[in-house]
Amino acid sequence: MSGAEFVPLSLTPILIGVFAAIACALPGNFLVLRRQALIGDAISHVVLPGIVVAFLITGTVTAWPMMIGAAAAALLAVLLIEAIRRLGGIEPGAAMGVVFTTMFAGGVLLLERSDTSTVHLDVEHALMGNLESLIWLDAFGWGSLLDPEALAGLPPELLRMGLSMIGVVAFIWLFWRPLKISTFDEGFAQVMGMRTNLIGLSLVAVSALAAVAAFDAVGSIIVIAMFICPPAAARLMTDRLGAQVGWSVVFATLSAVLGYVLAGYGPLWLGAEDSVSAAGMIATMSGIVLGLAALFGPARGGAQG
Amino acid sequence: MLWQALTLQLGYNATLVAIGAILLGFAAGVTGTFLFLRRRALVSDAISHATLPGVGLAFIVMVALGGDGRNLAGLLAGSAVTAALGLLAVQWLTRRTRLAEDSAIGAVLSVFFGFGVVLLTVIQTMESGRQAGLDSLLLGSTAGMLRSDALLIAVGGALTLILTLILRRPMIMVAFDEDYAAALGLNIRQVDLATMGLVMAVTVVGLKVVGLILIVALLIIPPVTARFWTDRTERVWLLSGVIGGLSGFVGAAISASAPALPTGPIIVLTGFSVFAASLFLAPNRGVLAAVIRHVAFQRRVHVRQGLLALAHGQPIYERYTVRLLHRAGLSRPDGVATEAGRARAAKALLDEKRWEILRAMPDHEAAAALYDGMRPIETVVTRDQLAEIDTHLAAPQEVPA
Amino acid sequence: MTRIALASTNGQTMTGECPETAPMSIRGMTVSYGQKPVVFSVDATFPEGSMTAIIGPNGAGKSTLLKASLGILRPLSGIVTVFGRPLNSQRHRIAYVPQRASVDWDFPTTVLDVVLMGLSRELGLLRLVRPRHRARALDCLTRVGMAEFADRQIGQLSGGQQQRVFLARALAQGADLYLLDEPFAGVDAATEKAIIAVLKTLRAEGKTVVSVHHDLSTVGDYFDRVLILNTSKIAEGPVADAFTEANLQAAYGGRLATAQVAGIPAAG
Repeated sequence: MSGAEFVPLSLTPILIGVFAAIACALPGNFLVLRRQALIGDAISHVVLPGIVVAFLITGTVTAWPMMIGAAAAALLAVLLIEAIRRLGGIEPGAAMGVVFTTMFAGGVLLLERSDTSTVHLDVEHALMGNLESLIWLDAFGWGSLLDPEALAGLPPELLRMGLSMIGVVAFIWLFWRPLKISTFDEGFAQVMGMRTNLIGLSLVAVSALAAVAAFDAVGSIIVIAMFICPPAAARLMTDRLGAQVGWSVVFATLSAVLGYVLAGYGPLWLGAEDSVSAAGMIATMSGIVLGLAALFGPARGGAQG
Repeated sequence: MLWQALTLQLGYNATLVAIGAILLGFAAGVTGTFLFLRRRALVSDAISHATLPGVGLAFIVMVALGGDGRNLAGLLAGSAVTAALGLLAVQWLTRRTRLAEDSAIGAVLSVFFGFGVVLLTVIQTMESGRQAGLDSLLLGSTAGMLRSDALLIAVGGALTLILTLILRRPMIMVAFDEDYAAALGLNIRQVDLATMGLVMAVTVVGLKVVGLILIVALLIIPPVTARFWTDRTERVWLLSGVIGGLSGFVGAAISASAPALPTGPIIVLTGFSVFAASLFLAPNRGVLAAVIRHVAFQRRVHVRQGLLALAHGQPIYERYTVRLLHRAGLSRPDGVATEAGRARAAKALLDEKRWEILRAMPDHEAAAALYDGMRPIETVVTRDQLAEIDTHLAAPQEVPA
Repeated sequence: MTRIALASTNGQTMTGECPETAPMSIRGMTVSYGQKPVVFSVDATFPEGSMTAIIGPNGAGKSTLLKASLGILRPLSGIVTVFGRPLNSQRHRIAYVPQRASVDWDFPTTVLDVVLMGLSRELGLLRLVRPRHRARALDCLTRVGMAEFADRQIGQLSGGQQQRVFLARALAQGADLYLLDEPFAGVDAATEKAIIAVLKTLRAEGKTVVSVHHDLSTVGDYFDRVLILNTSKIAEGPVADAFTEANLQAAYGGRLATAQVAGIPAAG
């Protein structure tokens, strides 16, 4: 494949896919270990109402208001889940189910009631994403990577996703110890003077940041696959936390690259004309990786054997 | 218009859908109760998202066989197949690996959904796929439905409900006390399987009405709501069914009364309104009642402890305690007991001593176990027993001023 | 009757002599789940260099008292001071050994890693683990007889070994006050011996040890003080004074007879 074709059409979507997958997989490691994997589920379902409300308030579909709206919705959801869990004495799974379905329903209703038909804001897009559209039209080949004029035409999603990933990496790196200790033994962490509630909430906030940045590219449901599948598969490969996080980054990258390539070129190889959803294919690949890890991963069994 | 809708006067199709929604809501509420009581509410999330690839595959297969890809019965059959596969995948991951159920649920729901999206993009490129309208199954849409579809929903809802009612006894037993149910000879795995089968049935019938993302709400919100009002399993499921049926009815009626009011979200929001009201207002488990109770109880504890400290002539350490005592006229602002305070303190001390004697008596173990520092001793022993206890008391002591 | 007098005078003398700088002092602690207090109005003081067993029947609130005094549970009322100061300013002087069952032993980490967690105050957020930290952690493992397991995944350990790792982590903290929640529950005899030897060494170094304890038959051998609890405090003091049949009777009721069959001394 020539650079003239690859760079403008495939390089940026692949990079965005990889950044999104890594940004989600990193906090996903801790969510999985804390038995909070479904927080990712809840967060990503409420992204839709978040962007709808942001649209209704600002009247535009520009990126920042939408990201802020989605992040606010994610935090609201987490606080509501926590409040319902504590105040109502309801198990976390059920509390999540109540909150995210209701917020999602509210988002769909608002969307139907308001005149959004003229703008590019539809449910399908929010749920499924549109990675393929994030192309770099100003590029003509590998040389464009050094051409300031072409670089100015990079899709803004790339920068956004890249920065989000750096933010996530920084958070995990900086708070590695408190995250690890409070995940393993919350009571001990509290006695050591750690604010375990705050640590938990920050983890959720960072996950929300990753989800919000990634939903634009891959859609809000497929984000869940990135939160859970690479870390879950990585957990089955090793009994060391550091190694697990490393594996999860490898799996996330692998799923994103393979998924994008298969979605774009797989159908052509099979004789069909059109490509299929890259985001969907990335999720599918991450599922296959998890399946293989469940079958062959060296640490797949529990402590019992 | 709304009135006509609520009284089922909006035409044959709308009436069928409303009836279907009521039956579906009721069945979902009852089935969801067992999921909820077994703390597996979100398994339904995996099942519902796993219907998407089935819908896509069914469409492709039906078109390939030369039929109409939009046949609702065919689509629902396909969705049931992949929903079952999704459920199996969750079980396989939790049994065969060290992964916890929440990770398995999240992985399955997102991967199956992702694969479903891939299939949808395949369908969009097919000749007949342009107007497939499969997205109506994502969010539910009962507008412009065929008569046969409405009938299918009504009949499906009825069948699901009947099955649920037939199977409810074993499901209650397993949800309530697994070991006891096993001891009675129930096959736990089969009952669980039946529960999951019903969840799948509810999901599949509900696809067209509320859509695959929101069907989960019908299975979770009613039982959680019902739980606020009663502690008895027998009533939880019934109440949950009623709440579900009511949400279904109100949702279907409101949605039929005007355009741009999608059925699914309205049903969910109706259910949530009932939930929110219950969360705050339910008499026993509601938040308002709990907060009032907690504050009152904390005050009683502080007053009691303060009185005991006065009786023992010990300093009172917490300012809150002194404030409460002062407000009740039992102590001066500096924590020194008033006349009334000394009398109450003497009574509290007497109570404690009676309890101490009672708790040292081997014959009264059951009564003694009720001690928690707050309970008046008169509520656990008879007058005669109290007299017996008092014979062990030393001469009344002076309460230090 | 003497017992009543003892209980109340006990309360008075304890407050009277309560040294302002005791490693831990609890005043008026009440903790409830819902509307039922499981710990009611408990005063307790753990003097420096002492080794106290918190005993009482199942459900007596022993672990609850420990957790509430460490701020893991929120009490309805009560004041805790540690070395005469508020708890939060003294956390670096406390080491806590939780119940074994309270953590996920499937967590992907090694024995040495768990012990290094005890050094996290010193390491802060970003300081690297240096050989001297590793050496200290290994030394703590040696003290509990677990050095050879340093690189094992924690899920592969037996219950007793897990408990020893927890103790090693507490040792690594280099604290002055050690609080243990049922350290002997479900462990083998060798582990029990190893743990008690370590605890006695700590006491000899002037550290203070408090442990929730189940086995009445070993109280006299292992500890020098007891706190007998059944929702309220029944007695507190040196084993010779407080560990009496009358007090145990008051705490355990009819259950004491069952316990005695298992080989408890008739009198403390």
